[in-house]
Amino acid sequence: MAKVIGGITTSHIPAVGNALADPAKRNDPYWKRFFDGYDPVREWLSDVKPDVAIVVYNDHGLNFFLDTIPTLAIGCAHEYKNADEGWALPQLETFPGDAQLSWHIVESLIGQEFDPTMCQEMLVDHGFVVPMHLMWGHLAGWPVKAIPLAINTVQHPLPTGRRLFNLGKALRAAIESYPEDLKVVVLGTGGMSHQLQGERAGLINVDFDLACMDAVINDPEWLASKSNSELIEQAGTEGVEIIMWLTMRGALHANVNVVQKHYHAPISNTGAGVLVLENAT
Amino acid sequence: MSWKEHDYESIPGTYVFDGKTSHSSYALNKLFYSFNQEENRKAFADDPEAYAGKFGLPDDQKAALLAGDFLALLKMGANIYYLAKLAIPSGTSVQDAGAAFHGITTDEFKALLQGNAEGFEEKLDRAGGFWHG
Repeated sequence: MAKVIGGITTSHIPAVGNALADPAKRNDPYWKRFFDGYDPVREWLSDVKPDVAIVVYNDHGLNFFLDTIPTLAIGCAHEYKNADEGWALPQLETFPGDAQLSWHIVESLIGQEFDPTMCQEMLVDHGFVVPMHLMWGHLAGWPVKAIPLAINTVQHPLPTGRRLFNLGKALRAAIESYPEDLKVVVLGTGGMSHQLQGERAGLINVDFDLACMDAVINDPEWLASKSNSELIEQAGTEGVEIIMWLTMRGALHANVNVVQKHYHAPISNTGAGVLVLENAT
Repeated sequence: MSWKEHDYESIPGTYVFDGKTSHSSYALNKLFYSFNQEENRKAFADDPEAYAGKFGLPDDQKAALLAGDFLALLKMGANIYYLAKLAIPSGTSVQDAGAAFHGITTDEFKALLQGNAEGFEEKLDRAGGFWHG
Protein backbone atom coordinates (compact mmCIF):
# COMPACT_ATOMS: atom_id res chain seq x y z
CA MET A 1 0.00 0.00 0.00
CA ALA A 2 1.07 3.60 -0.51
CA LYS A 3 2.02 5.61 2.53
CA VAL A 4 2.86 9.17 3.48
CA ILE A 5 6.48 9.17 4.65
CA GLY A 6 6.66 12.83 5.61
CA GLY A 7 5.79 16.41 4.97
CA ILE A 8 7.74 19.52 4.08
CA THR A 9 6.91 23.21 4.25
CA THR A 10 8.64 25.72 2.02
CA SER A 11 8.45 29.14 0.44
CA HIS A 12 7.51 29.27 -3.23
CA ILE A 13 8.24 32.89 -4.14
CA PRO A 14 9.60 33.83 -7.59
CA ALA A 15 12.66 35.55 -6.07
CA VAL A 16 13.85 32.14 -4.83
CA GLY A 17 13.39 30.73 -8.32
CA ASN A 18 15.45 33.59 -9.75
CA ALA A 19 18.18 33.02 -7.16
CA LEU A 20 18.23 29.27 -7.88
CA ALA A 21 18.76 30.05 -11.56
CA ASP A 22 21.91 32.04 -10.73
CA PRO A 23 24.64 29.82 -9.20
CA ALA A 24 26.46 32.90 -7.86
CA LYS A 25 23.55 33.53 -5.49
CA ARG A 26 24.08 30.28 -3.56
CA ASN A 27 26.81 31.80 -1.39
CA ASP A 28 25.77 35.41 -1.73
CA PRO A 29 25.48 36.84 1.83
CA TYR A 30 21.81 37.67 1.28
CA TRP A 31 20.92 34.11 0.25
CA LYS A 32 23.47 31.80 1.92
CA ARG A 33 21.75 31.26 5.25
CA PHE A 34 18.39 30.70 3.55
CA PHE A 35 19.75 28.09 1.11
CA ASP A 36 21.99 26.42 3.71
CA GLY A 37 18.82 25.50 5.58
CA TYR A 38 17.69 23.42 2.63
CA ASP A 39 20.76 21.16 2.65
CA PRO A 40 19.33 18.92 5.40
CA VAL A 41 16.03 18.78 3.48
CA ARG A 42 17.80 17.51 0.37
CA GLU A 43 19.78 15.02 2.47
CA TRP A 44 16.59 13.69 4.03
CA LEU A 45 14.97 13.35 0.60
CA SER A 46 17.99 11.48 -0.75
CA ASP A 47 17.76 9.12 2.26
CA VAL A 48 14.03 8.39 2.20
CA LYS A 49 13.67 8.48 -1.61
CA PRO A 50 9.99 9.29 -2.06
CA ASP A 51 8.32 8.06 -5.24
CA VAL A 52 5.68 10.78 -5.38
CA ALA A 53 5.44 14.39 -4.23
CA ILE A 54 2.06 16.01 -3.77
CA VAL A 55 2.68 19.74 -4.05
CA VAL A 56 0.06 21.90 -2.33
CA TYR A 57 0.29 25.40 -3.77
CA ASN A 58 -1.76 28.19 -5.24
CA ASP A 59 -1.95 29.24 -8.85
CA HIS A 60 -1.18 32.95 -9.28
CA GLY A 61 -3.01 33.55 -12.55
CA LEU A 62 -1.41 31.09 -14.94
CA ASN A 63 -3.63 28.02 -15.26
CA PHE A 64 -6.69 29.71 -13.76
CA PHE A 65 -8.00 33.17 -14.54
CA LEU A 66 -10.68 34.92 -12.50
CA ASP A 67 -13.37 33.71 -14.91
CA THR A 68 -13.29 30.30 -13.21
CA ILE A 69 -11.65 29.79 -9.84
CA PRO A 70 -11.81 26.35 -8.28
CA THR A 71 -11.31 26.29 -4.53
CA LEU A 72 -9.49 22.95 -4.85
CA ALA A 73 -8.00 21.61 -8.08
CA ILE A 74 -5.84 18.55 -8.68
CA GLY A 75 -3.72 17.56 -11.64
CA CYS A 76 -4.75 14.24 -13.20
CA ALA A 77 -2.18 14.06 -15.96
CA HIS A 78 0.95 12.07 -16.68
CA GLU A 79 2.98 15.25 -17.09
CA TYR A 80 2.89 18.96 -16.28
CA LYS A 81 4.51 21.93 -17.93
CA ASN A 82 5.34 25.40 -16.69
CA ALA A 83 4.89 28.51 -18.86
CA ASP A 84 5.63 32.18 -19.21
CA GLU A 85 3.86 33.83 -16.27
CA GLY A 86 4.16 37.34 -17.61
CA TRP A 87 7.88 37.80 -17.08
CA ALA A 88 9.32 35.52 -19.76
CA LEU A 89 10.07 32.47 -17.62
CA PRO A 90 11.82 29.82 -19.69
CA GLN A 91 10.14 26.54 -20.62
CA LEU A 92 11.53 23.92 -18.26
CA GLU A 93 11.84 20.17 -18.40
CA THR A 94 8.40 18.57 -18.06
CA PHE A 95 7.39 17.37 -14.60
CA PRO A 96 6.29 13.73 -14.64
CA GLY A 97 2.94 12.98 -12.98
CA ASP A 98 1.10 9.86 -11.81
CA ALA A 99 -2.35 9.99 -13.39
CA GLN A 100 -3.53 6.72 -11.82
CA LEU A 101 -2.73 7.90 -8.31
CA SER A 102 -4.31 11.30 -9.06
CA TRP A 103 -7.56 9.69 -10.15
CA HIS A 104 -7.53 7.43 -7.12
CA ILE A 105 -7.09 10.49 -4.89
CA VAL A 106 -9.94 12.28 -6.67
CA GLU A 107 -12.25 9.32 -6.22
CA SER A 108 -11.33 8.95 -2.58
CA LEU A 109 -11.60 12.68 -1.81
CA ILE A 110 -15.00 13.01 -3.45
CA GLY A 111 -16.13 9.96 -1.50
CA GLN A 112 -14.96 11.81 1.62
CA GLU A 113 -16.96 14.90 0.56
CA PHE A 114 -14.09 17.02 -0.74
CA ASP A 115 -14.70 18.08 -4.33
CA PRO A 116 -11.55 18.97 -6.25
CA THR A 117 -11.72 20.19 -9.83
CA MET A 118 -10.11 17.52 -12.02
CA CYS A 119 -7.46 18.86 -14.41
CA GLN A 120 -6.15 16.68 -17.25
CA GLU A 121 -4.13 19.60 -18.53
CA MET A 122 -2.64 21.93 -15.97
CA LEU A 123 0.06 24.52 -16.34
CA VAL A 124 2.09 24.79 -13.13
CA ASP A 125 3.39 28.17 -12.01
CA HIS A 126 6.13 29.27 -9.60
CA GLY A 127 4.06 28.09 -6.64
CA PHE A 128 4.77 24.52 -7.80
CA VAL A 129 8.00 24.97 -9.76
CA VAL A 130 10.07 26.76 -7.09
CA PRO A 131 9.48 24.09 -4.40
CA MET A 132 10.32 21.34 -6.89
CA HIS A 133 13.61 23.07 -7.66
CA LEU A 134 14.37 23.66 -3.99
CA MET A 135 13.94 19.94 -3.31
CA TRP A 136 15.38 18.30 -6.41
CA GLY A 137 16.65 20.97 -8.80
CA HIS A 138 20.27 20.00 -8.14
CA LEU A 139 19.71 16.52 -9.63
CA ALA A 140 19.73 15.49 -13.27
CA GLY A 141 16.05 14.82 -13.99
CA TRP A 142 13.16 14.60 -11.51
CA PRO A 143 13.47 11.61 -9.15
CA VAL A 144 9.78 11.80 -8.18
CA LYS A 145 6.44 11.94 -9.88
CA ALA A 146 4.59 15.06 -8.87
CA ILE A 147 0.91 15.77 -8.34
CA PRO A 148 -0.12 19.44 -8.22
CA LEU A 149 -2.87 20.23 -5.71
CA ALA A 150 -3.89 23.85 -6.25
CA ILE A 151 -5.74 25.71 -3.51
CA ASN A 152 -7.39 29.06 -4.14
CA THR A 153 -5.63 31.67 -2.03
CA VAL A 154 -6.12 34.49 -4.57
CA GLN A 155 -9.85 35.16 -4.94
CA HIS A 156 -11.59 35.59 -1.59
CA PRO A 157 -13.46 33.94 0.00
CA LEU A 158 -10.69 31.38 0.50
CA PRO A 159 -11.21 27.99 2.09
CA THR A 160 -10.65 28.02 5.85
CA GLY A 161 -7.51 26.65 7.42
CA ARG A 162 -9.65 24.03 9.16
CA ARG A 163 -11.04 22.79 5.86
CA LEU A 164 -7.55 22.50 4.43
CA PHE A 165 -6.38 20.65 7.55
CA ASN A 166 -9.26 18.22 7.10
CA LEU A 167 -8.40 17.97 3.40
CA GLY A 168 -4.97 16.76 4.47
CA LYS A 169 -6.54 14.06 6.64
CA ALA A 170 -8.69 12.96 3.70
CA LEU A 171 -5.62 13.03 1.45
CA ARG A 172 -3.81 10.69 3.83
CA ALA A 173 -6.76 8.27 3.79
CA ALA A 174 -6.75 8.44 0.00
CA ILE A 175 -3.02 7.69 -0.24
CA GLU A 176 -3.17 4.89 2.31
CA SER A 177 -5.92 3.16 0.32
CA TYR A 178 -3.87 3.05 -2.89
CA PRO A 179 -2.72 -0.52 -3.58
CA GLU A 180 0.73 0.24 -5.00
CA ASP A 181 3.71 0.40 -2.63
CA LEU A 182 4.56 4.05 -3.06
CA LYS A 183 6.31 6.45 -0.73
CA VAL A 184 4.60 9.82 -0.81
CA VAL A 185 5.82 13.15 0.51
CA VAL A 186 3.46 16.12 0.83
CA LEU A 187 4.77 19.65 0.31
CA GLY A 188 2.86 22.51 1.89
CA THR A 189 4.07 25.65 0.18
CA GLY A 190 3.70 29.43 0.47
CA GLY A 191 3.94 31.97 3.22
CA MET A 192 5.15 32.89 5.65
CA SER A 193 4.21 36.42 6.71
CA HIS A 194 4.19 38.88 3.84
CA GLN A 195 2.06 41.56 2.33
CA LEU A 196 2.90 42.66 -1.18
CA GLN A 197 0.18 45.27 -1.52
CA GLY A 198 -1.08 48.55 -0.12
CA GLU A 199 0.31 50.90 2.47
CA ARG A 200 0.93 47.92 4.76
CA ALA A 201 3.23 46.29 2.17
CA GLY A 202 6.43 44.95 3.70
CA LEU A 203 4.79 43.44 6.75
CA ILE A 204 6.88 40.64 8.27
CA ASN A 205 5.72 39.23 11.61
CA VAL A 206 8.51 37.04 12.98
CA ASP A 207 6.73 36.30 16.26
CA PHE A 208 3.63 35.07 14.47
CA ASP A 209 5.70 33.05 11.97
CA LEU A 210 7.51 31.25 14.79
CA ALA A 211 4.21 30.62 16.59
CA CYS A 212 2.83 29.14 13.38
CA MET A 213 5.85 26.86 12.92
CA ASP A 214 5.49 25.59 16.47
CA ALA A 215 1.76 25.09 15.95
CA VAL A 216 2.23 23.17 12.71
CA ILE A 217 4.52 20.78 14.59
CA ASN A 218 2.77 20.48 17.95
CA ASP A 219 -0.67 22.05 17.83
CA PRO A 220 -2.11 22.35 14.31
CA GLU A 221 -5.55 22.93 15.84
CA TRP A 222 -4.29 26.35 16.99
CA LEU A 223 -3.59 27.37 13.41
CA ALA A 224 -6.67 25.62 12.02
CA SER A 225 -8.87 27.60 14.41
CA LYS A 226 -7.71 30.97 13.03
CA SER A 227 -10.06 32.76 10.65
CA ASN A 228 -8.59 34.00 7.39
CA SER A 229 -9.22 37.58 8.58
CA GLU A 230 -7.07 36.92 11.65
CA LEU A 231 -4.36 35.43 9.45
CA ILE A 232 -4.45 38.44 7.12
CA GLU A 233 -4.17 40.77 10.08
CA GLN A 234 -1.21 38.89 11.60
CA ALA A 235 0.59 37.53 8.54
CA GLY A 236 -0.50 39.84 5.71
CA THR A 237 -2.77 39.44 2.71
CA GLU A 238 -0.36 37.06 1.00
CA GLY A 239 0.83 35.47 4.25
CA VAL A 240 -2.58 33.83 4.47
CA GLU A 241 -1.07 31.21 2.12
CA ILE A 242 0.10 29.44 5.26
CA ILE A 243 -3.30 27.73 5.36
CA MET A 244 -1.85 25.40 2.71
CA TRP A 245 0.67 24.09 5.26
CA LEU A 246 -2.27 22.63 7.15
CA THR A 247 -3.04 20.25 4.28
CA MET A 248 0.48 18.86 4.58
CA ARG A 249 0.09 18.60 8.36
CA GLY A 250 -3.29 16.89 8.09
CA ALA A 251 -1.70 14.19 5.94
CA LEU A 252 0.62 13.24 8.84
CA HIS A 253 -0.08 11.53 12.16
CA ALA A 254 -1.07 13.51 15.26
CA ASN A 255 2.49 13.18 16.58
CA VAL A 256 5.47 13.97 14.39
CA ASN A 257 9.23 14.08 14.64
CA VAL A 258 11.03 17.17 13.44
CA VAL A 259 13.81 16.45 10.94
CA GLN A 260 14.47 20.08 10.01
CA LYS A 261 13.22 23.41 11.32
CA HIS A 262 14.63 26.49 9.64
CA TYR A 263 13.60 30.13 9.48
CA HIS A 264 15.05 33.13 7.74
CA ALA A 265 13.86 36.69 7.13
CA PRO A 266 13.60 38.72 5.08
CA ILE A 267 13.75 36.73 1.87
CA SER A 268 12.42 39.11 -0.74
CA ASN A 269 9.34 40.49 1.07
CA THR A 270 8.69 37.42 3.23
CA GLY A 271 9.50 35.42 6.30
CA ALA A 272 10.63 32.00 5.07
CA GLY A 273 10.03 28.86 7.12
CA VAL A 274 11.15 25.31 6.36
CA LEU A 275 9.94 22.20 8.16
CA VAL A 276 10.59 18.53 7.47
CA LEU A 277 8.28 16.34 9.54
CA GLU A 278 8.05 12.56 9.81
CA ASN A 279 5.36 10.55 11.51
CA ALA A 280 6.41 9.68 15.07
CA THR A 281 6.81 5.97 15.55
CA MET B 1 -28.40 44.95 -4.29
CA SER B 2 -25.68 45.35 -1.70
CA TRP B 3 -22.23 44.07 -0.84
CA LYS B 4 -21.71 42.31 2.45
CA GLU B 5 -19.27 44.02 4.82
CA HIS B 6 -16.26 42.09 6.15
CA ASP B 7 -14.11 42.40 9.27
CA TYR B 8 -10.92 42.54 7.16
CA GLU B 9 -12.03 45.87 5.66
CA SER B 10 -10.91 47.60 8.85
CA ILE B 11 -7.27 46.46 8.51
CA PRO B 12 -5.39 49.61 7.49
CA GLY B 13 -3.48 49.80 4.21
CA THR B 14 -4.87 46.45 3.13
CA TYR B 15 -7.07 45.61 0.14
CA VAL B 16 -8.49 42.11 0.28
CA PHE B 17 -9.33 40.75 -3.16
CA ASP B 18 -12.90 39.62 -2.58
CA GLY B 19 -15.95 39.40 -4.79
CA LYS B 20 -16.74 43.10 -4.57
CA THR B 21 -13.19 44.01 -5.58
CA SER B 22 -12.93 41.40 -8.30
CA HIS B 23 -16.29 42.36 -9.77
CA SER B 24 -15.25 46.00 -10.08
CA SER B 25 -12.00 45.25 -11.88
CA TYR B 26 -12.61 42.17 -13.98
CA ALA B 27 -11.55 43.82 -17.25
CA LEU B 28 -8.45 45.35 -15.67
CA ASN B 29 -7.25 42.01 -14.31
CA LYS B 30 -8.13 40.37 -17.63
CA LEU B 31 -5.79 42.84 -19.31
CA PHE B 32 -3.01 41.93 -16.85
CA TYR B 33 -3.70 38.23 -17.37
CA SER B 34 -3.19 38.72 -21.12
CA PHE B 35 0.45 39.57 -20.33
CA ASN B 36 1.11 35.85 -19.83
CA GLN B 37 1.70 35.96 -23.62
CA GLU B 38 4.76 37.82 -24.80
CA GLU B 39 3.06 39.20 -27.91
CA ASN B 40 0.49 40.93 -25.69
CA ARG B 41 3.21 42.49 -23.55
CA LYS B 42 4.78 43.84 -26.73
CA ALA B 43 1.47 45.15 -28.04
CA PHE B 44 0.88 46.97 -24.76
CA ALA B 45 4.41 48.42 -24.73
CA ASP B 46 3.97 49.62 -28.33
CA ASP B 47 0.68 51.41 -27.75
CA PRO B 48 -0.64 51.26 -24.18
CA GLU B 49 -3.70 53.37 -24.87
CA ALA B 50 -4.84 51.32 -27.85
CA TYR B 51 -4.22 48.08 -25.97
CA ALA B 52 -6.18 49.32 -22.94
CA GLY B 53 -9.00 50.28 -25.31
CA LYS B 54 -9.50 46.67 -26.33
CA PHE B 55 -10.49 45.70 -22.79
CA GLY B 56 -13.19 48.31 -22.18
CA LEU B 57 -11.72 49.67 -18.97
CA PRO B 58 -13.56 52.40 -17.05
CA ASP B 59 -11.90 55.79 -17.57
CA ASP B 60 -10.41 55.99 -14.06
CA GLN B 61 -8.81 52.55 -14.31
CA LYS B 62 -7.47 53.32 -17.78
CA ALA B 63 -5.94 56.59 -16.54
CA ALA B 64 -4.28 54.87 -13.58
CA LEU B 65 -2.95 52.14 -15.86
CA LEU B 66 -1.48 54.62 -18.33
CA ALA B 67 0.03 56.61 -15.44
CA GLY B 68 1.51 53.43 -13.89
CA ASP B 69 -0.05 54.40 -10.54
CA PHE B 70 0.13 51.10 -8.61
CA LEU B 71 -1.64 52.32 -5.51
CA ALA B 72 -4.53 53.77 -7.52
CA LEU B 73 -4.77 50.54 -9.52
CA LEU B 74 -4.79 48.51 -6.32
CA LYS B 75 -7.51 50.67 -4.82
CA MET B 76 -9.56 50.25 -7.99
CA GLY B 77 -9.36 46.48 -7.75
CA ALA B 78 -6.13 45.29 -9.35
CA ASN B 79 -5.14 41.94 -7.91
CA ILE B 80 -1.55 42.03 -6.70
CA TYR B 81 -0.55 38.82 -8.50
CA TYR B 82 -2.04 40.11 -11.75
CA LEU B 83 -0.51 43.54 -11.19
CA ALA B 84 2.85 41.74 -11.04
CA LYS B 85 2.36 40.76 -14.68
CA LEU B 86 2.35 44.48 -15.49
CA ALA B 87 5.13 45.44 -13.10
CA ILE B 88 7.81 42.77 -13.43
CA PRO B 89 8.28 42.80 -17.24
CA SER B 90 8.83 46.56 -17.07
CA GLY B 91 11.64 46.04 -14.56
CA THR B 92 9.66 46.81 -11.40
CA SER B 93 10.50 44.36 -8.59
CA VAL B 94 8.20 43.51 -5.68
CA GLN B 95 10.41 45.80 -3.58
CA ASP B 96 9.94 48.63 -6.09
CA ALA B 97 6.19 48.04 -5.96
CA GLY B 98 6.21 47.99 -2.15
CA ALA B 99 8.11 51.27 -2.15
CA ALA B 100 5.57 52.76 -4.57
CA PHE B 101 2.69 51.76 -2.27
CA HIS B 102 4.42 53.58 0.60
CA GLY B 103 5.65 56.51 -1.45
CA ILE B 104 9.26 55.83 -0.42
CA THR B 105 12.41 54.77 -2.24
CA THR B 106 13.21 51.11 -2.88
CA ASP B 107 16.22 51.33 -0.55
CA GLU B 108 13.96 52.71 2.17
CA PHE B 109 11.52 49.86 1.57
CA LYS B 110 14.31 47.27 1.78
CA ALA B 111 15.39 48.85 5.07
CA LEU B 112 11.79 48.55 6.27
CA LEU B 113 11.85 44.80 5.47
CA GLN B 114 15.18 44.35 7.27
CA GLY B 115 13.85 46.28 10.24
CA ASN B 116 10.72 44.14 10.44
CA ALA B 117 12.87 40.99 10.57
CA GLU B 118 15.50 42.42 12.90
CA GLY B 119 16.45 40.24 15.83
CA PHE B 120 14.93 37.09 14.37
CA GLU B 121 18.00 34.98 15.13
CA GLU B 122 17.77 35.80 18.84
CA LYS B 123 14.12 34.78 18.71
CA LEU B 124 15.09 31.45 17.11
CA ASP B 125 17.58 30.91 19.93
CA ARG B 126 14.90 31.57 22.52
CA ALA B 127 12.32 29.34 20.77
CA GLY B 128 14.86 26.51 20.43
CA GLY B 129 15.12 23.62 18.04
CA PHE B 130 15.93 25.72 14.98
CA TRP B 131 18.68 24.92 12.54
CA HIS B 132 21.47 27.48 12.60
CA GLY B 133 23.95 28.01 9.86
